[in-house]
This record gives sequence, C-alpha cells and structure tokens, in this order.
Amino acid sequence: MSKVFTARHAMGVRVTGEALVAKDGFSARYDLNRIDGVFSRPAHKLAGQSYVGKILVLDTAKGGVASAWMLHEMQSRAKVPLAIVFNTVNPILAQGAALGDVTMLAGFDEDITAAIPHGARVEIDPEGKTIRVL
Amino acid sequence: MKLNDEEKAILAGDQGEVMRVALQHQLKVGTFFGAADFVPVTQAHIMADTESLGPAGVEWLEKLAAAGGKNQVRIPTITDPRGTDFSKAKQLKQADWMLSLERRAIDAFVKLGVSMTDTCINYQTIQAPTRGEHVAFGDTGVVIYSNSVCGARSNFEGGPSALSAGLTGRTPRYGYHLDAHRRATLHVRTGWTPVTLNDWGALGGVVGKLAGNYWAVPVVEGLDRAPTSDELKHFGAAMASFGSSALFHLVGITPEASRLSDVADANLPTHTVSKDDVVALHKHYKVEKDVDVVVFSAPQLSLYELRALADLCDGRRFRIPLLATTSPQVKPDADRFGYTKRIEDAGGTVYSGMCFYQSYAREIAEANGWKRLATNSAKIVNILGGYGYVPMLATMEECVAAAETGRIA
Repeated sequence: MSKVFTARHAMGVRVTGEALVAKDGFSARYDLNRIDGVFSRPAHKLAGQSYVGKILVLDTAKGGVASAWMLHEMQSRAKVPLAIVFNTVNPILAQGAALGDVTMLAGFDEDITAAIPHGARVEIDPEGKTIRVL
Repeated sequence: MKLNDEEKAILAGDQGEVMRVALQHQLKVGTFFGAADFVPVTQAHIMADTESLGPAGVEWLEKLAAAGGKNQVRIPTITDPRGTDFSKAKQLKQADWMLSLERRAIDAFVKLGVSMTDTCINYQTIQAPTRGEHVAFGDTGVVIYSNSVCGARSNFEGGPSALSAGLTGRTPRYGYHLDAHRRATLHVRTGWTPVTLNDWGALGGVVGKLAGNYWAVPVVEGLDRAPTSDELKHFGAAMASFGSSALFHLVGITPEASRLSDVADANLPTHTVSKDDVVALHKHYKVEKDVDVVVFSAPQLSLYELRALADLCDGRRFRIPLLATTSPQVKPDADRFGYTKRIEDAGGTVYSGMCFYQSYAREIAEANGWKRLATNSAKIVNILGGYGYVPMLATMEECVAAAETGRIA
C-alpha cells in the first residue's frame, strides 16, 4: 500500500516524478547554479545534484526575494524542478511558484523530508493537497 | 478569499488586463496561504534586478507595460537596487546584453508608473513606514527592518507580488499583516552587545539560523544599549538572509516589545547566544589569507558608513579593487561631502543604485578573476558561496587594510 501525506498549502497541477530529498533549505539565488541546473552552494546537502525535472522535498524556504522571479526564469529555459515540497514555505517561494507555474505543497504534520525516501517515485495532487509514494 | 465589489470587477476585467493579471496573481498567493481577504497598502517596493528576472521576466514586464495603457501603479511604488551602475558598468566588465536587459526593464517599470529609486535602504533614505502601516515591500532586509524597527506590517513581497500590490493598492491579508503572527516564537538571551557592523550582522545571522524559517519570530533580550539604524540594518539583513526571518523584537528597544511579556508567552523555547557563537560564524568563513576583491554592499551603505569608509581610506593606495555601493539618494551627498573622492583617491570605487550580489555576481567574478572576497556584510557572505566565491567576513578596518595589502589579517 502506498503512503500518502497531506499538506496544508497547495498549488499547481498534478505531477509524478523522482523525489530529491534533503533536510535542508532552498533558495534559488543562494543554493543553485541556475545555468547548469544544479545545486551549487557547497554546504547544501544536495550540492552537485541536478534539480531539473525532479520533485524537491526540502525542509524550508530560505533567503531572498529573488526566487519569486527566478522560478519563472528557470521555467522559461526548462531548468526548473517539476515541483517543490516543503515542511515550511515562505511567501517568496509561493509567489515564485504562482508566477512560474511550479507545483508546490507545504505544511505537514510530520517531517516530510524524513517521510519521503530519497530517490522515490512520488505523485503530487494539489487538488487533494497530497504527496503519495508510488 | 472574500472579495469586495471592486475586486470582483477587477477579476472580471472591468479595469483592464493589467489589473486583472495583478489581482489574479495576488489571489493565487492569498488562497495558498489561506488569507481571508485583501488589506489596503500605502507603499510598495519592488526587487527586480535583471539577473533575477532574466529575459523571461523582462518580457513579462514588457507585456504588462504594453497592455497597461493608462493603468499605472496607484500607490507610491519604488525599486530595489538595479543590476548595474550604468556609469561604471565597464569597470565591472559587465556585458552589453546585461545593460540592454536592465534598460528594457527600466523602460517597462517607468511605463507602469514605478519610481526608480534603486535602493534597499529606503527606510533610511525615502520614507520609513510607521507603526501599524500596511505595506508591500520586497528585499528581505527592507521587510525585516520595516516590520521590526518601524513596527510596519509586510510580508516578503517578491517582485511580481510587490508590483501587483502597487497596481492594485492591496495585498492578501496573511502572515505579518496579522497580530497573531507577530508574537515571538523563540526567546534569545545574549549577554554581549556587538560593536562593529560585521559583528551585528553575524549576531543577526546566528539568531536567524536559530529561528530557521519565515514564520519564526525571535525576541532578543540582553543588549546593553539601543543600536543605531546601521547596526540594526546589518543585524536584520543577516537574520533575514540566514533564517528567512521577517520580524524580530528587541526587548525595550523595538516598538512592539517594551517588555518581554508584550510579545512573548512564558513558556517560549529559550536559547543563549554569546560572543563565541559570533566568533564561530566568522571563523567558518575566514578560510583564506589572500583576497581578490573587497566589497561593501548588501545592504547599500548609508551616508554614515561612507563617511567611516572615507576616514579609513585616507592616505592609502589599494592594490586590489575595493567596491562600495550606495543608493542614488545618498551618492550625491557622499559626493558633496568629499567621501566619494577620498575613497576613490585611494583606488576604491563608489557605485550608485546597485548592489554587488544583484549585479551578475557570477559573471563579473569570472570576467575579473575574483574568487576570494572580503566584506563586512554577513548577509553577503551567506549569499556569495552559491556564486562560486570564497567570501570572508571581517571588520570594515580589516577589509580596507586587505584592499591595500591583498591579504586579510
């Protein structure tokens, strides 16, 4: 039986993909090489890994307001995550997801970075506000 | 969300496509966060350097401006630093395409009625908000200062949302617009009061890391004096950068926390922060001796910071670049008072209307051969690691000395 986790906040369209999971933060400006589509901040737990087309499952949104534009810019070059799932989101990443049409879930009763195995295939249903391990 | 008649009409297109797009974006964000309704705002501040926008963001702005017709922002709407100082772009070795993108973005903003103030210290230079004033500010440093020091009410409003707020004159009522979110969630005790700006920034960074997310509100107790505006500028900017924090309280200092009990319940988790924690943060970054470039930026320097910098530059001759950024409002005074000349006579450069990390930091590093960077900004050391720099945090004095010797003490 597959595991299903329900979020308090959701937007976007239903997607299925590989989960890239870390108990770490996320900022498009601070953490990414957006040209190459990889995590680039050396101290980040996903440093060196490609985020393109992946479902990021991370602890919290971090950093500056630039991410509100950057998800849209990354989407225009197809160098964007398929979806982002947070334990805790901030307005910037939500605003960025709204402009960039990136599916997003946030706010869980459990630590979602511990609940979803790294590399697992998952499905996100924003209408039901759920993430399911397939 | 509960919509009034005007908002329903805007969504129906009665006030044109620009207004419809703006309110639709705000509705999407407000619905995500469970906002009950919209709250009127009096000012908006837009972060929109073109490194962040990219060509796609500039095209989005241009489409909005073209569709706007007579639709312009309906409240004072100002801008964060741009991605260049056009008069000195060649010195930075910025490419023509970057400048072209900047010019296109500026043209679009002007058509939409936005005032190009190009500053992240608007609370020091344009108009500080007042206690209880609802605003829609971008730049995390601007938001945390306005919320905490001024007692104003804003969430982090990214560029598209801040522009939307300027156009519609409102923003979704969630987060720091609500009393409930302004209560402290952690209690930080410190028996140590910083002296230098880098130490104030580092203390903010340590508290930000403890807070850990946007919704956490630290209340700090134990400072032995009222900090200056510049000290709180660095403290807040670093806290927002390291922790994504948007509000802090200082007991007996900031307006909502005359007493601890004004903002804190008795059973809050308590942390103790000491000078050792601040020293440890510095050590984490100070990993090299040689320095390629010295940067004073993030936030832009006030007139008083430029005065202090000019004092340190007298009689020196720099062998590596020293860059200082300030706002277009401060720069003319720095020129008039001779600060700019004294800094530039030593070999430094004062840039106006830009901020270092928002100015294609990765590309100018490659073009200029910059990697090891010394600064007194805790905010910027947190940012620049992701851009391939080895950033080092030190006092303004140590940074100026490094510009002269190429090495940091």
